[in-house]
Amino acid sequence: MSNFSLKNMMTRQDVLGFLVLAILLLVIMPLSMDIIRLTQFGKYLSFAFVAVGLVLCWGYGGILSLGQGVFYGLGGYALAMFLKLEASSPENTAIQSTPGIPDFMDWNRITELPWFWEPFNSFTFSVLAILIVPTIFAYFIGFAMFKRRVGGVYFAIITQAISAILTILIIGQQGYTGGVNGITDLRTLLGWNIRSDYASYVFYFVCVALLFVCLFIAQFITKSKLGRILVAMRGQEDRVRFSGYDVANFKIFVFCVGAAFAAVGGAMFTLQEKFMSPSFVGIVPSIEMVIFCAVGGRLSILGAVYGAIVVNVAKTYFGESFPELWLFAMGALFIGVVLAFPDGLAGVYQKYCAPTVDRFLDKAPVFKRYSGDSSYSPSEPAKAS
Amino acid sequence: MTMHKQSTTGGATGRWGLGKLKLLAASMVLAATANAAAPPTAEVNTTGLAVTDDTVNVGILHSVTGTMAISEEGSVQAEILAIEQINAMGGVLGRQIEYIQEDGASDWPTFADRSRKLLRQDNVAAVFGCWTSASRKAVLPIFEQYNGMLYYPTFYEGLEQSPNVIYTGQEATQQILAGLNWVKEEKGAETFYLLGSDYIWPRTSNKIARKHIEDVLGLEVVGEDYFPLGHTQFNSAINRIRLKKPDVIYAIIVGGSNVAFYKQLEAAGIDLTDGKTTLLTISVTEDEILGIGGRNIEGAYAAMKYFQSLDNPNNEAFVKAFKERWGEDSVIGDVTQAAYLGPWLWKAAVEKAGSFDIDKVREASPGIELTTAPEGYVRIHENHHLWSKTRVGRAMANGQYEVVFETDELMEPDPFPEGYQ
Amino acid sequence: MFSDYTATELGSIFAMQGFAGLILFAVFLLMALGLAIIFGQMGVINMAHGEFMILGAYMTYLTSNLFAEYLPGLFDAYFFVAIVVAFLASAALGAFVEWAMIRRLYHRPLDTLLATWGLSLLMQQSYRSIFGAREVGVRIPDWMAGSFPVTDIVELPINGLIVMIIAISVTFGVYLLMFKSSWGRRVRAVVQNRPMAGAVGINTVKVDRMTFALGCGIAGIAGSAFTMIGSTGPSAGQQYIVDTFLVVVFGGAASLLGTVASAFSISQAQSTMEFFLGGSMAKVLTLMTVVIILMVRPQGLFTLKVRK
Repeated sequence: MSNFSLKNMMTRQDVLGFLVLAILLLVIMPLSMDIIRLTQFGKYLSFAFVAVGLVLCWGYGGILSLGQGVFYGLGGYALAMFLKLEASSPENTAIQSTPGIPDFMDWNRITELPWFWEPFNSFTFSVLAILIVPTIFAYFIGFAMFKRRVGGVYFAIITQAISAILTILIIGQQGYTGGVNGITDLRTLLGWNIRSDYASYVFYFVCVALLFVCLFIAQFITKSKLGRILVAMRGQEDRVRFSGYDVANFKIFVFCVGAAFAAVGGAMFTLQEKFMSPSFVGIVPSIEMVIFCAVGGRLSILGAVYGAIVVNVAKTYFGESFPELWLFAMGALFIGVVLAFPDGLAGVYQKYCAPTVDRFLDKAPVFKRYSGDSSYSPSEPAKAS
Repeated sequence: MTMHKQSTTGGATGRWGLGKLKLLAASMVLAATANAAAPPTAEVNTTGLAVTDDTVNVGILHSVTGTMAISEEGSVQAEILAIEQINAMGGVLGRQIEYIQEDGASDWPTFADRSRKLLRQDNVAAVFGCWTSASRKAVLPIFEQYNGMLYYPTFYEGLEQSPNVIYTGQEATQQILAGLNWVKEEKGAETFYLLGSDYIWPRTSNKIARKHIEDVLGLEVVGEDYFPLGHTQFNSAINRIRLKKPDVIYAIIVGGSNVAFYKQLEAAGIDLTDGKTTLLTISVTEDEILGIGGRNIEGAYAAMKYFQSLDNPNNEAFVKAFKERWGEDSVIGDVTQAAYLGPWLWKAAVEKAGSFDIDKVREASPGIELTTAPEGYVRIHENHHLWSKTRVGRAMANGQYEVVFETDELMEPDPFPEGYQ
Repeated sequence: MFSDYTATELGSIFAMQGFAGLILFAVFLLMALGLAIIFGQMGVINMAHGEFMILGAYMTYLTSNLFAEYLPGLFDAYFFVAIVVAFLASAALGAFVEWAMIRRLYHRPLDTLLATWGLSLLMQQSYRSIFGAREVGVRIPDWMAGSFPVTDIVELPINGLIVMIIAISVTFGVYLLMFKSSWGRRVRAVVQNRPMAGAVGINTVKVDRMTFALGCGIAGIAGSAFTMIGSTGPSAGQQYIVDTFLVVVFGGAASLLGTVASAFSISQAQSTMEFFLGGSMAKVLTLMTVVIILMVRPQGLFTLKVRK
């Protein structure tokens, strides 16, 4: 990868895909929606982070985690804890028996800020914690499991159990976590009112920008040697192992990246919704996050973004119009995607749209310099230049 | 991508289209019977709420889907019934109430989303809704930010008093203290065992109960236990209870766990009807008994402000109207009645204020009284909670409660009870 | 905490506590047996397992209503009929699901997980549409309610006894079926070497379908039994997923004996901790212990195959 260039990293289809997504998220959406809908949309995008991470873990690494909600939650809580402390200044909480601590602690007769809350007074620490805490946690899980060569199915079940444990813990330890209510009533970020419409616009664009950062990282990983090893591993793990690679390390790495992405998504959720709740940590949301990825196409990082958007928009639309049909639609979606469209939206695009787009691109002068190789197929290693 | 985009806005226009159509139909009907007394819109609505000459929009925000749908269904029905009755009486300030119903889907962020839509997009004059504390906590900042008015029906843990919420259910002390006093006097109880599902309402309520039992009544708490929501295995807990032999089991268990708890309690040989052990709960209304089965809970006592079996003319009319509207089989629990009060309290406040403006309604609210409430007489306190009586009912095999006690006076709501925190 | 009590009292409490643990064991065993067959023998992750149990529970509810309506004289005996109905209904649905969905996914185990999750959503909403969102109370005959006094303090819950009897019978039945019948031999042959089993003339397609149906049917029996102790609502099935999977995985996926041992150890641990620590912490600690043990020893307690 010494002479790494844009051309190696992205096919012209990829470039086009990134451009279209950028225009959609940065121009079309903000212009066509009022701020309420846009914030809602930003919330969907926070799930796209998780879905992109799952493409790496599941699509490329063959690791299906049913515990992504854990990392999403950890990221969201890390930021929410900081914001909550800022909202709980002694002046704001003067009516409490112990002013200066979050309101839910006061309700639970806690009179002193618990030690693990203390560092969250620092903004720098909190931002770092969003990335580091979930990553370390993922590292431990990954290390314990992949080093022992735990198979995909077992891994799925154990991550699921972990998300169940964390949910019970958060809900049970409400004096320290806010319990089932979550952490609510967040007001300012470094003194800046996060409830204004202006702030909502800013957060939306921050969210989109970070999403693109994650997308580029993911694109880099999939197109690098690492991506190819992952794909090879998914197919024939033993052969990769016999070739001298430490398979477990690759899996741990990609699982950690997925966890970090999910955590950033969770933090983006906290910023835009102004609260965090244990309802994202449990089993059901964690499995729903997998479906975002499956609908988009488990091998396509851009597809994952669309998958998250489409499923969530559908959920909101059905939820508003035909609530009782929603579970039916969702159930059918799971089954349909698995049985009929295992490659999701991206697969449909590859099959029906990509050839046409290619012909069109051949004529477009901008894309002239990208000649030849345009067939994007992640299951095949990209040609090395 | 463009396709899904269209579907969103398409959905939105569809809804609006329907709303407009309804408005049109309503105004045509009303044009014939134009209410000359109705004050002009410009006067009663100075803040851009969805009020026309003939109609006013309000929101109903409950879970229709998900795990909470079971509990919230009754509240939705009660609120719709109240709105329809008010409309039949000529509406509020000469305007027919139109409600926009949104589904919180048992998911707190969704509640926040929908409340934002109701307040900012639909500009509703009031919202009747929420059930769990978590959903209320999720929407509270939004109601405060956009200055909306929420009528919240559930009995809850207290420790809250928002200018933008009217709490039509009991806060914890109202529900707990009188019940404990009663059980001491009537049953001569001396030892208590506190149980609860593991979240804020049971924990806070038990905290208040413990304070009252130990500090005020001078009695003893011999145990306290919590279970994850949805827990179904209570045999070990029941053994602990048997070991401690409390006079009173004070149970605040919610949802599906209830069914398992009462069935296993009965199977473990703790017979609630034999008078040896008293079980006092504040979480089981007639609604929950449907799932538990009347026979399994027969003999338990519940402290609430309302039971379907209350014997007064208001309640008779209410139960009759409710069954006519929602079917002969429907049962009415404490929260359902509290939800029914919401639209009526709002109507009274609007009429007293002579305006739909949120600020004026808020100002007019304290002191509003309702003599037609099914539970009897209620009045809004300065702190936005209701003065109401506390009653104790004994569960019967047919799923109803038999009222065995009611406080003489209205209980004062005290969301921040001193000495109980 | 024990100083205040006499020795007899303590003895009785421990006896009853032991019994509570056994009831929990029976519950876990019933939950896990069906899944152990499906997951252990076929490698299929059936996330809708809880919903199959609830199907059994609703069948029991319907049966009890039918008896109350048309055969009130035989109401005392309806439960036996209900168990059979629950088994047949769940097994039939299981066979259909295998035919329509699972058989296309045998080579993609993670995908069956997603598809069966979708199935569980469909089933939940169907229950909600058919039986209503509210929990239904299943009336149990008088002789099955109440308790059986052994001494003054020790009383054994009758419904717990019945659940235990059902669990033991089902386990024994499964054992006979899997290890003593020709059908069981065929199932084991298919598990060990599918192409070879096919080559010697075993109809592997049929074996798969019957195995899946059997697993679902047992889930139905479990659901039917649980109407005596738990709640029956559209989404009650989801409560069981984590526990069920952990029991099966902890036991070692392909081993029936492992499932029994794991159900026993998890239930005893949980019920003891519950007695001392209360419900919430006991649950967390039990789950955590199991997860940590599984991280150290991923193959579970008993295993036929080392490493996947």
